Amino acid sequence: MSTTTSAPAAPKKSSPGFRERVDNLPKAVKIALWVVFAFFLFLLPLLNIPFITTEGSDFGGVLFTVATYVLVALGLNIVVGYAGLLDLGYVGFYAIGAYTIGVLTSEHAHMSWVVVVPIAIVVAMISGIILGAPTLRVRGDYLAIVTLGFGEIVRLTLVNSEWLGGAQGISDIPKPPGLELFEVPSIDWSSGAPVVDLGTTSTFLKFGINDFVPYYWLALGIIGLVLVFDILVKSSRVGRAWEATREDEDAAELMGVPTFRFKLLAFALGAAIGGLSGALFATKAGFISPDSFQLLLSILFLAAVVVGGAGNRWGVIVGAIVVAYFPERFREFADFRVLVFGLALMLLAIFRPQGLLPPRRTVRAKRADDRQAVLEEGEAHV
Amino acid sequence: MSDPTPPTTGDEPAVERTLADPADEVTEINPDVDIAPEDIGVPVVSEGERLLEVDEVTLRFGGVVALNEVSFHINKGEILGLIGPNGAGKTTCFNVMTGVYQPTSGGVRYLGKPLGKRKKFQITKLGIARTFQNIRLFANMTALENVLVGVDAHHSTGVVSAMFRLPKHRREEAQGYARAIELLTFMGLDGKADELARNLPYGDQRRLEIARALATSPQLLCLDEPAAGFNPAEKAKLMELIRTIRDQGYTVLLIEHDMKLVMGVTDRIVVLEFGRKIAEGSPAEIRDNPAVIAAYLGVDEEDAS
Repeated sequence: MSTTTSAPAAPKKSSPGFRERVDNLPKAVKIALWVVFAFFLFLLPLLNIPFITTEGSDFGGVLFTVATYVLVALGLNIVVGYAGLLDLGYVGFYAIGAYTIGVLTSEHAHMSWVVVVPIAIVVAMISGIILGAPTLRVRGDYLAIVTLGFGEIVRLTLVNSEWLGGAQGISDIPKPPGLELFEVPSIDWSSGAPVVDLGTTSTFLKFGINDFVPYYWLALGIIGLVLVFDILVKSSRVGRAWEATREDEDAAELMGVPTFRFKLLAFALGAAIGGLSGALFATKAGFISPDSFQLLLSILFLAAVVVGGAGNRWGVIVGAIVVAYFPERFREFADFRVLVFGLALMLLAIFRPQGLLPPRRTVRAKRADDRQAVLEEGEAHV
Repeated sequence: MSDPTPPTTGDEPAVERTLADPADEVTEINPDVDIAPEDIGVPVVSEGERLLEVDEVTLRFGGVVALNEVSFHINKGEILGLIGPNGAGKTTCFNVMTGVYQPTSGGVRYLGKPLGKRKKFQITKLGIARTFQNIRLFANMTALENVLVGVDAHHSTGVVSAMFRLPKHRREEAQGYARAIELLTFMGLDGKADELARNLPYGDQRRLEIARALATSPQLLCLDEPAAGFNPAEKAKLMELIRTIRDQGYTVLLIEHDMKLVMGVTDRIVVLEFGRKIAEGSPAEIRDNPAVIAAYLGVDEEDAS
């Protein structure tokens, strides 16, 4: 459970030796490693590590973008990876989340950000149910086409609705209320060695217009919550029902799984997480327009899931990082980035069709084994 | 199928199982394990009563008449064989009983009540479970998870209980695991709980399908050619298994091509040909029924077997 994020995304046969060694660590050590890793992630934008840090654009902003992609990938993974429903219009939910924020905090009302974010999640979820209820009766390719249309319908509605700001979009989206608890210094590498730079700091949590690091922290915290949610739900009857539906819908139905209900649930939860990510995007950008929600974004989101390994939450996180971070890091090759991206996808399809980190069934199997051992000893578990 | 990596033997405590020679394919079942249907709200009928009645069911696909006014019934606690040449409508009959197809006319009554337009999963909850002629396991889930999906048929944990690990979730998970392990042990699959279904040997996959169907706590277990592809020794084991399942309180409907298996294990037999019922009776009666011999077994029955 604890190894994959730190494992490199190298398309090699993963060494069971390393994995086992980490799995066998005492629980306290594992938790400590997690805390250190989380701490590292929070400090990442301020460490200014050479080579990793983007030169041309603000690293905090880049990391925030990566974080929104990670969030989207986690949501889409529920739909595509767990339930096996191909959704090509996911950007629609992202847009709905963003526009809910825009409409309720700037365009037509001035409600508090803290109140509007839950509303954005609920609105996105409801839109997911509205889209899913009639369309989840069709399967496979047909569903892909219907969802593709949905994404475009949302965008065109935004363009043509004056009430929603039309093509100009919505601006002046207010910043969320901050806390300003303490300042975190950054690291300066200009002398060749790391030096603590007390002059350049980020305030925890002050949502300004120049410093994007607090937004990244916010997104990171939300990712943590979504991950916990994902882990808990996946390892329950709901997760099993999704997987059974993906494996064989008819057989699942004949084994007592109300497949339609569970597909709709996957759709609604995926939409909610997509909407949440869109809400974060709108918050940081302060300005949204229909141009921000092009079809290409749906494709990129799906690419993140497929590249990473649909069905594996750690895999899709890696996929989202690949899709969102590399184009920013190698901006100097921006002219070629679509070309490189296409090439990389082709290579991936040839050499690693399951994605960089395919679902780790073996780990699940092992966990089942442990549970069985516990059961056989007659002890209570969890 | 797309994954070329072999099952990871590194995690497995007992490697010799995966290296077993083909003779060991005939897994011993554990008839001592009690897998009797538990009380989970599925209505229980007493021995000898009619569990299910197929009432003049006709099913047409365009101009093709797949089933033509087929009527028969299944008594509680018996093993009923459903036989007939290829294309006679045996599996179609299964599909009508489990809600896959709606009959064009006629209907199926379960415990005296018509199934009507109930959905497939609702019929499963009522207590009719089935296996498939061509194995349809959840290939990328472990054996244990496959069975758990079946057990889950009577569970109601949703997102909220799972998210907050409410007592309902924990109770159902614990009960589900216990039941799943029990069933895997009964089917002789206890060492293979963590294997992916697609990595199991063929015979184990067939047995896992039965375990998964039993997991839904059915009154009626419908087996669609469970012995297909088995060698004689495996078939003998399977017959024993089917009897054990019946003795534990289940009613079994068996589609089978192997005449020896059907004659040896069933209490009654229904014979279909071209979508019509042509005979019904005890194995001995069916064996001597000239219509059956002509239609199904061929004229030279002695030579054929």
